[in-house]
Amino acid sequence: MSAELFSVFYQFADVFAFLILSAAGLAIVFGMMGVINMAHGEFIMCGAYVTVGLVNLGVPLPIAQILAALTAGIIGMIVEYLVVRRFYKRPLDSLLATWGLSLIVTQSMLLIVGSAVRGIGTPEGSFAIGGYTFSTYRLVLFGCAVAVLAGLYIIFMKTRFGVIARATMQNAAMAKALGARTGRIYSISFGIGTALAGLCGALYAPTMTLIPTMGATFVVESFVTVVIGGANVLLGTAPAAVFLAMIRMALNASYGQIIGQIGMLFAVILIIRVLPEGLSSVLVRRGR
Amino acid sequence: MFKLLDGPQTLGRGKIFWSCFLAVLACALIYPIFADSYDVGNFAYFLIWIFMALGLCLMWGYGGMLSFGQTFFFGIAGYGYGVLAINMGGGTATIAALVLSVVIAMIAAGVLGYFMIWGGISGIFFGIVTLSATLVLAFFLGQTAGPEWHIGPARLNGFNGMKGMDPLTVGSFDIEGSALYYVMIALIVIVYIALRMLVNSSVGNVIVATRENPQRAEMLGYDVRKYQLLTFVIGSGLAGLSGALYTSWGQFITPSSIGLPAAAMPIVWVAFSGRNDLTATLVGSFLLLFGFQTITVYSQQAALVLMGVLLLATVMLAPQGFVLGIGKLAVDWWTRRRRRDETPALADAGRLQSDET
Repeated sequence: MSAELFSVFYQFADVFAFLILSAAGLAIVFGMMGVINMAHGEFIMCGAYVTVGLVNLGVPLPIAQILAALTAGIIGMIVEYLVVRRFYKRPLDSLLATWGLSLIVTQSMLLIVGSAVRGIGTPEGSFAIGGYTFSTYRLVLFGCAVAVLAGLYIIFMKTRFGVIARATMQNAAMAKALGARTGRIYSISFGIGTALAGLCGALYAPTMTLIPTMGATFVVESFVTVVIGGANVLLGTAPAAVFLAMIRMALNASYGQIIGQIGMLFAVILIIRVLPEGLSSVLVRRGR
Repeated sequence: MFKLLDGPQTLGRGKIFWSCFLAVLACALIYPIFADSYDVGNFAYFLIWIFMALGLCLMWGYGGMLSFGQTFFFGIAGYGYGVLAINMGGGTATIAALVLSVVIAMIAAGVLGYFMIWGGISGIFFGIVTLSATLVLAFFLGQTAGPEWHIGPARLNGFNGMKGMDPLTVGSFDIEGSALYYVMIALIVIVYIALRMLVNSSVGNVIVATRENPQRAEMLGYDVRKYQLLTFVIGSGLAGLSGALYTSWGQFITPSSIGLPAAAMPIVWVAFSGRNDLTATLVGSFLLLFGFQTITVYSQQAALVLMGVLLLATVMLAPQGFVLGIGKLAVDWWTRRRRRDETPALADAGRLQSDET
């Protein structure tokens, strides 16, 4: 019995980790600046490629993953400085600009490195409970997703940067009037967002084939999580991921991956009819 | 009737504009006489995509709804045409398949649009929900390679694409080559004129008013949601028309014409051309398709990189669109030269700039 229960938890944890890790970076950028980073998938791809490149050079996997996330974060801050910064007053144009970037990066990667890169295998290690065997790495991913959530909670709720960032999120003009350097806050937030995207790519790099268009695998999940989460990403993202993971898990188990994804999309379309502001709006109302 | 052609929502009016229009149309009509059939077929291929671009121009430029789902409806109608044409047999039934597949795309647009518009989704979220739907459709069709995925005798075939449907046929006459080209030209003229009349009609004015300020339009007594849904259904239906024509042109469709990067293409055409004007979109999309096809022969990736660069350059340098901007400069120059005539074109060009989306 406990083995079955654990199996259900394991499947839930797998989907939950995927949703949180792929959406966290997008959610931070959206929550802070109202910008949807269409190049999110490309930052994920960047994280994955850097990880694999470093591992092939002989760097241990965990260190390679951290370095990959940092690389994505630094590139993100450069992109913010060069492009995204100009569009904070025009969120729709930022969508187009980052989509243009995404096209440029994906297709250039296809031109330069080609479609195939030698991957690295999923770290070995599995354990058995009851009659079932489980991959340890999948649980590591779940642990990382929880750690990301905890880390974001600490950064945004317990640090001075977090207070200023939340103030900027609420009312950028007022925060600026009170002396917060909103430009720098935006830059750092964008960096955090893209670093999280890079981390996602780094963590999933051992489990999937590396192709320049791999970002597309993640964007649907990240988009729908952010849409369901709503405007207040600090509050909405985790519940949205829990909710979607439950739907997805149930459908995956009985009908397979693709029906799971279609079902998730239908659920999202139904939910936006009822809750256009997302889950966070309900939570905010409850809180008052 | 004719007043609607030269209304305030569209640029280009008067004798000069319409003589140019007729001249271009005449060139297009005599073109097949001078070109070989391969070039005519290629030309028809560019024209297929124009409908999709005009539909997006209506939704985005006039309605203020940035839909990333043009290829979603393109795919629905494209696959719809294939399935219907195979199931109903060839011959004149293909015409019915074309019409039905566009209707199916419009119904899909109605359903998706209902949930989004009545849910109050707008702006960025409108884009990413439509894009999510598009990508999921592409993923779904990509994994239908097995023989169990079929509708009647029509195999979906996964990434290898669906084939075996007949081209558009009347009686025993296949509409291919020059005939298809003339059908396209006729359809484009009809759609272009009809859209011009739509946006200049009272319905069109409400659509534009909604783009400018939905609350204000609602306070004036219009149920903006109905107008938005109408815009979305028409715009998406045009994408469906492109899809059905595409399948009948090549007798072939794959999921790659739905997913990324295909989904970005209509956005690039319309943004580059100038989303606020139908004529600019028509001209700009054609130019981009022509250029894209020329480069694709050498390297598809390079062509797509160029599209990305153009999109980035457009939003950074000319958010209103390059073709529209150049067109306005030309009009300004023209009117300055003939200042004594007091042509109102300048004032009108200015009026169209007042959107904040």
